[in-house]
Formats: sequence, structure tokens, C-alpha cells
Amino acid sequence: MPLFDKKDKSRYTIFTRRSLMMGGGMTAVFAVLAGRLYQLQIRDGAQYLTEAEDNRVSERVVAPPRGRIIDRFGVELANNRRNYRVLLVAEQASQGVVEAIDTIGKIILITDQQKKKILHDIAVNKKFAPIPVVENLSWDEFSRVNLHLPYLPGVLPDVGETRDYPFSSELVHILGYVAAVSPEDIGHDDDPLLSQPGYRIGKRGIEKTFDKEVRGEAGASRVEVNAYGRVIRELGHEPGVPGQDIYLTIDREIQQVMDKALEGQSAACVLMDVDNGDVLAMSSTPGFDPNLFNVGLNGEQWKALTTDDHKPLLNKVMGGVYPPGSTFKPAVALAAIEAGIATPDYHVHCNGVFNFGGHAFHCWQKRGHGSLDVVGGIKNSCDVFFYETARRVGIDKIEEAARKLGLGALTGIELPGEHNGLVPSRAWKQKTYRQAWQQGDTLSVGIGQGYVTVTPLQLCQQVARIASGKTVSPRLVHSVGNRVLERPKAEKLDFTDDALAKVREGMDKVMNEPGGTAYTWRISDPGMEMAGKTGTAQVRVYSQEEHEHGVTKDAKLDWKLRDHGLFIGFAPAANPKYAIVCVVEHGAVGHPQVVAARQVMLFAQQRDPKGKRAAYPVTAASAEPATSGTGGG
Amino acid sequence: MITRPYAAAKRTLPFLDKLVEINWGLILLITLCACAGFAMLYSVAGGQFHPWALPQIIKFVVGFFILLAAAVVDVRVWMSLAYPAYGVALLLLVAVDVAGHVGLGAQRWIMLGPLELQPSELMKVSLVLALSRFLHGKSVEEVSKPLNLGIALGMIGIPALFVVLQPNLGTTLIIVADGASLLFLAGLSWWWIAPTLTAIAAAVPLAWRFVLHDYQKARVMTFLDPESDALGAGWNITQAKIAIGSGGATGKGFLQGTQSRLNFLPEKQTDFIWTSLCEEFGFVGALALLILFGMVIFYGVQTATSARSQFGRLLAMGITLNFFFYIMINGAMVMGLIPVVGIPMPLLSYGGSAMLTVMFGFGLLMSVHIHRQVEIPRHSGGII
Repeated sequence: MPLFDKKDKSRYTIFTRRSLMMGGGMTAVFAVLAGRLYQLQIRDGAQYLTEAEDNRVSERVVAPPRGRIIDRFGVELANNRRNYRVLLVAEQASQGVVEAIDTIGKIILITDQQKKKILHDIAVNKKFAPIPVVENLSWDEFSRVNLHLPYLPGVLPDVGETRDYPFSSELVHILGYVAAVSPEDIGHDDDPLLSQPGYRIGKRGIEKTFDKEVRGEAGASRVEVNAYGRVIRELGHEPGVPGQDIYLTIDREIQQVMDKALEGQSAACVLMDVDNGDVLAMSSTPGFDPNLFNVGLNGEQWKALTTDDHKPLLNKVMGGVYPPGSTFKPAVALAAIEAGIATPDYHVHCNGVFNFGGHAFHCWQKRGHGSLDVVGGIKNSCDVFFYETARRVGIDKIEEAARKLGLGALTGIELPGEHNGLVPSRAWKQKTYRQAWQQGDTLSVGIGQGYVTVTPLQLCQQVARIASGKTVSPRLVHSVGNRVLERPKAEKLDFTDDALAKVREGMDKVMNEPGGTAYTWRISDPGMEMAGKTGTAQVRVYSQEEHEHGVTKDAKLDWKLRDHGLFIGFAPAANPKYAIVCVVEHGAVGHPQVVAARQVMLFAQQRDPKGKRAAYPVTAASAEPATSGTGGG
Repeated sequence: MITRPYAAAKRTLPFLDKLVEINWGLILLITLCACAGFAMLYSVAGGQFHPWALPQIIKFVVGFFILLAAAVVDVRVWMSLAYPAYGVALLLLVAVDVAGHVGLGAQRWIMLGPLELQPSELMKVSLVLALSRFLHGKSVEEVSKPLNLGIALGMIGIPALFVVLQPNLGTTLIIVADGASLLFLAGLSWWWIAPTLTAIAAAVPLAWRFVLHDYQKARVMTFLDPESDALGAGWNITQAKIAIGSGGATGKGFLQGTQSRLNFLPEKQTDFIWTSLCEEFGFVGALALLILFGMVIFYGVQTATSARSQFGRLLAMGITLNFFFYIMINGAMVMGLIPVVGIPMPLLSYGGSAMLTVMFGFGLLMSVHIHRQVEIPRHSGGII
């Protein structure tokens, strides 16, 4: 047998042919691979590069400092303080997370409840993310932690920033507070700041109304991250725009006196500039510490705030609605004079009771006041006088006068949650009760009872309008950053000077003439005399027995059943500068509302904020050239 | 034409002549490919030799000496060792399968002292050796005879079965592809080939239904629609494509590959190493490596067609095709052309078994080249 035969030759030929076929196949596969490379890298390269950058670069939101809130003389009412805190990075805690927390707990107090929350936070976050263990440490505590740092792997001392209200509860109903962002907040606001862990948003008061302005604009930090989200390094930093400062019309000194004067009462008080509507002080007591909401309330604190019958969470100045009582009488008097009914010769005789439609309406003074003109009616707060006057004037004219004074409508104060109050009318009653207006309804309204309700702020606006004769409205904010807020120009009030003068005279006599209902609380300092009007708002229906044998004295009643005490006033009586309202809930006994108002008004006049130069960075006058630059003026 | 003295002798060559005969050009090509691998391993470790680049260099150096040793051994010696090598590889394969059942999950390697040995890698080379020897003795007509074909298919099927049980789908595919290619090259009749291809096409839906594991099906599904599971299994494909694509024409530069450095790439040091190269050196760099691979393959085909023994021809072509299948499957996989199967890129990916077997394979190829003039009778069993 030969070493090689024909069969070998034929299979060599086949092998070579098929090898070349496979070589061709391999070349084709390489061409496909190269083609795919071309497709990915050249044709779609730019798109994939973008995707790679998206992978690599993460934008971290940087929260800008929140704007401060400052009073008219430059006192910071809300600012930012350093927040000394201790963070824990789980993956670096080589002794274990629980041990690390326990070790910190030996240095500063950590409750079991806090510990549970920290462990939960650690569990739901990435292992490299710093989790706050304790916040708002004192410098002392913070230093102690720092001292022990060498034995605390994974523990990170950090200085953050947090909102601070240096005067605690004193201005809480003006400033509001900041608190953690709720899902509803995110619903209608796509600012990336809101989704930052630990971010605080304005929830009430100025903090809420001007939240966008004080918030500023988010900065950004471009960081390189790896596939697990850990930051490798910072690529760029954009600090954002700091929040704008808000300058209030408030004078903190007066605010402090007002707050003290109302201490222990469930009360509301406002002091206003009668010429431009600047609110100089505004207090609703009791208040609460807004810092608590920033740090986070515990269940007990929250329960205490919501169940207190003095309603600390309610801003009674604009959220509390009361029958105005006798403080409504100046409005009725104005309507009567304007209607030509209360002429200088107009008198009403009071014998202590007013019979109408087979019903006896009593005057608070059972003896009766005798014959009174309009000034005397106000001075004595004679119910019979106003029953009769209201009957003759009619509800339509009373409603018109009340509306001119700003009652029954929002004042437009820059705070959320303001109430309307109610000035009733024929149409309103028809619409609401499907009943015709009765004359008896008019009588009740004539003494500020019945359907009519007001907020203390509306009362303050009313008295400021009567005092100045102008359509002033209360305003809290002077400027935002470098922008002076425009306010509606105060027009002349649509009452005759005579009418206003008569009402002012009546209010002057209430306090400054013997026999006036508030003569006891007059300010006798020359040039500072206050004019005013007291009021009592009934909160319960008097029984038939009481109607016949006299009303039970408030002092004998439960607190909740006592009448509200109201007071409106302006000073100086001869040349009004300031208007005030004070309402003390269930506080008619001893007239604490008049005592407080007197104290505040006296202090305000002695301090005289109107006579002092405000510390605003811009004034309407200085801002004018900038805004009218194109006007060529 | 051939005037060198050894050419006439045909049977044995002096050792020094063998060294001279080694194709040093191929050695250079292989070394260049491996160096590209070292560079990428250095890069994906964040610019450090540890933990991958340095051990890989050591493995390459060891592999280099294995290559030289295998090259100078007479091709007929390899022929006589073919069956024993196949037997040993098969035993080891069975051993890991048994150990795998005892241990936990998929077991693919055994430890021989410090050396981690993957029998499935060894099997690929052993199968090529054994099948080449078996087919060497068969004429074109004999190859297509049912008995011979049955034996050959058994030689392919038994190891394939054990590997697929591991389970290791990628390696199974390569073993089957290697074996089938050798049958084709040995002259298997088209009367067998055409119906078989038809049957395979028909069997795919059945295999899908009854054979494939759930994780394998999931891989196929995520391959067909990576976005369907963008953060799970589709993540690998998506991120690999981003890495390759973002390299653009000229790449991001050495050590500048963000996808690998920031851990967006899975298995960045093994199966996806070529992806990093594409990212850092771009279309130009990736194409250059493909050309290097192409030149190696071209050399392999040339060696095969110029060998004078059927054993040498089949062996050389088998080794070359094995190398090619690695590149094809890995390249297509990382570029999203086929589902993810665990196949490394030869010479580039980190790993001992693959590097050593690939280098050993090139040693066999080199042996065929050196002994290309050696003629072996059809009924010879080699020399030992």
C-alpha cells in the first residue's frame, strides 16, 4: 500500500476549498463586527456619549441661604443660624452602626425614639450617604463630639444652616414658620429644592406668602458619580441665587410690648399707621414657638397645640371672626349722618328699653340714657339710640357705610388664611336663608350683633379709615429685596368731613369726657389722648329669664360662655397717627382689651415709630428713579 | 522550491532549526494583542497593575513558554497524544460536574494546587486534537459513513453534554461549532449538512420550550428588548453599548473611560474588557485590534492550507476557528448583536485557563507550521 493515494489528494482539495469558504465566512463576520462598531461609535457615537455623560455626571441641588425677615428698624425677626449636627456614614462605621450610635449616645443624649428613627433612615438610604444622627447641638455638645472623633469611625461633624426665629412665639402669627415639605407642596411646585432631603418650606405667615422670594434659586453642584451613585468628585459649582430679605412694617419693640400686654389671654391686637396702613404690631395670643416646627414636633407637643381651647395655632387677627358689638356703632352713626337722618338736631330718647314689634329690646343701661344726639349715642354706647337710628336708616345704608369702611371684605393683608367676615344685606339673607329681611334684623345689626361679623384686622382698618378719612388698608411688607412693594394709593374716604368729625368726636368723648364708657382707661398725657370705642360680643343666647331679670354677670360664668371684649381706638385724638384694635376672647370682665390697647397705644406714641427714620435699604422715593427711568421724568 | 535541508528529511528536525522556523511574526501579533489586554486591565483597575494586569502578564509569560514548548514538539507526537488528552479532559469535566453537584451552584473549575483549571477550556483544545486525529484516518467517503459520523458526533456530543449541564452555554456552543467545522473541513457530504441545518432551524422553537434554563431565556428576551429590563439584566447590554458608542472615532483616551472606571460596565475585567478598549481608543483602536485578530486568523488559515498532513491541516484550522469563535461570540455579545453568553475575549480578558489554553493552542498551530512538510500516512497513529 502506498504511503499516499488518490483519496488523500481529493480530500486535500476539498479541505482547501472549504477552508477558503470558511475564511470567507470569517471575513464576513469581521466585516459585520466592524460595521457594528461603525454603527455604534461613528453613526450613533454622539448620542452614546451623551448617555455616558448622563451616567457619569449627576447634578446635585445646592440650597441657597433663605432670605431674612427684618423689621422696620433693621431687627432680624427670622434668620439662619448654624446648625451643628452629627452625621453618620454607615459604611464607614467599622464597629457597626448600632455601636456607633450608642457611643455617640454616651456623649450627647439620644432617646430610644431618635435611635429608632436614625436606624430607619440608615436602612432606607445608601450605605455611603451621611445620615443625620443629632441636629441643633450646642457648641458645647458639638465640641465634645469633636473631641471623641478619633474613636468614632464613620461619624462626621457637620455645620449646616437652619431657620431661626430669635423671638420665639412673639411674632409667630406674622412670620409663620418653615417645616418639612409635604407631598401636596411638591404637587404644584416643581422647584428642585423641594425634593432635597431635609429642605424646609414656608408653611404659614410671611414665610408662606413670600416663600418663593425668600427661598431663592437653587444652585447646582455637578458631581461625578459611579454606578452606585457615590460621588467621586465635584466637577463644577453654581451657588444659585440667595433668597431675598423681606422688610416688614413691624416695629419689634412695640410688638414686644403688645405681646406682653396680651399675655395669658386668648386675644388679638393690631396697631396700624392711619396714614399709610403700615402694621406696626400685630399679635394673636397665645402663640407658639415656630422653631419647634422647624426641628419637628413630637406627638405630645402637637396634641397640646391642637387641643388648647385658646387656639394657639389660629391667627385671630385675621382668622378669628367675631360679632363687632358696639365697635360697629361708629359705622351705623356714619350711615345715619350720611343719610341725613342724624342731623345736628337729631335726638333719640332712651328710657332703657326699645319696644319693637311686640318685643322689648333692652339698653345695656337699664336706667336709660335720656335724650342723646349722635355724639352722645356713641359716647354712651346707647343701644336704644342705635336701635332707633338703625331702624330709620335701614340696612341698605348701613351696609353701604360698613363696606366703605372695609368691613365684609378681605383687607388684602399679605398673610394666608384671612377671613371675610360678613356684612349682611337683603340680597344676602334672601340667598342664604330664602327669607325676607326683617326690621328686627336691622336692629340687631345696629348694635353690631345679629348677622354682622368682623375680623379684628377689619376693625383696625375701619378705625384707621375713620381716623384718617382715607381708604387705608393694612400692609405688613414694605419691600422684598430691593423692590418696594406697591400699595394701592389711599383715596379720600367717601364720607363727608363733617360726618367723620362727628364720629371722631363721639369716640373722643368715650374716653376723654367723664361719663364716657371708657373714661377710666383714658390716656391723660397731653397730646397723646386716645379716642376709642368699646364693644361686647355676645357668644351665647340669653335665656328668657335673663331677659326679664337681668343678664348673668360674666364673672359667674364659665370662661367659654363669657362675652368677648372688643376695643377700637386711635390716637392722638386731635390729630390721629395710630389706630388700634384689641379683642380679648371671653374677656369682657374688667375690660382687659381696653387695658392692653391703652398700654400699647401709650408706648407706641412715646416711641413714635412714624417719627423715626426706618432702616429700609430702599424707600419708595429712592426706588422711583429706577422704575421711571424710561419715563424720561 | 523548498531547498532547506530539513525539508528533505521530513521526519525530524534539529531543535535549533525549529526555533528558526517558528513564525516570529505571529508571536509578535499575539504579543501585541496581549499587550492591549494588559493596558486595558491596567486601565479598568483605575490605573493600577493590581489586581489584574500584573497576574495577567505573568500568565502570559507562562503561556508564552507553553507556546514555545508545544511548538517544538513534533506534530506526530501531538497526534499520538490526542486521544489520551481527550480522555483526561473528559475525566476532569466529569469530575467538576460531580463536584458541582456536591458543591453549590455552577462549578466550572477545579483547583490543581494554585492553578485554577477550567476543564471546559481544556476540552476545546483536546477535542480539536482528538477529532483531527480521528478524521485524519478517514477519506472523504469514509467521513460521511454513518458509523464514522456517529463516532465523531459522539466525540463532540459527550463533552458538549457535560458542559451544557454545568451549565455553560457559551462554551458548549464553541465545542459544537469547533467539532462541526472539523467535520465540514474533512469533507462531510452536503447530503448530511443541508438536512442537519434544516433540522436545527426547526428545533430552535422546541429547544426554547423544553431545553433552555429560565435565566437563559431571560437573557435572550432582554437581548431582544434591552429596555424592557433597563435596570436588571438589560443593564449589561445597555451599558456596554453606551461604553462602546461613547468612545466615538478616536476614544476618550487611555485611563479616561468613564463607563468602566465608574463601574457602569459589568464584568469589566473579563467578558467586557473589549468594551473598555472601544471606549478609550474609539473606532480606530477597536478596528486596529480586529485587524490584528484578522491577521492572526489569516496566518492560521494559511498554516492549515500549507500543511502536508491532514492531521496538521485539521488541527491548525480547528485551533484557528476556536480562536475565531471566541472573538465572534464575545464581540457580537458586547455590541448587542447576540444575547449575553459568558465567553471571554481571547488574549484580552482576565483569566488563567483561557489564556493558557489559547497559548497552548497557538503552540499547536506553530507546531503544525514548523512541521508543515511532514507527511503522515492516512493509517498512521503518530509517533511516540
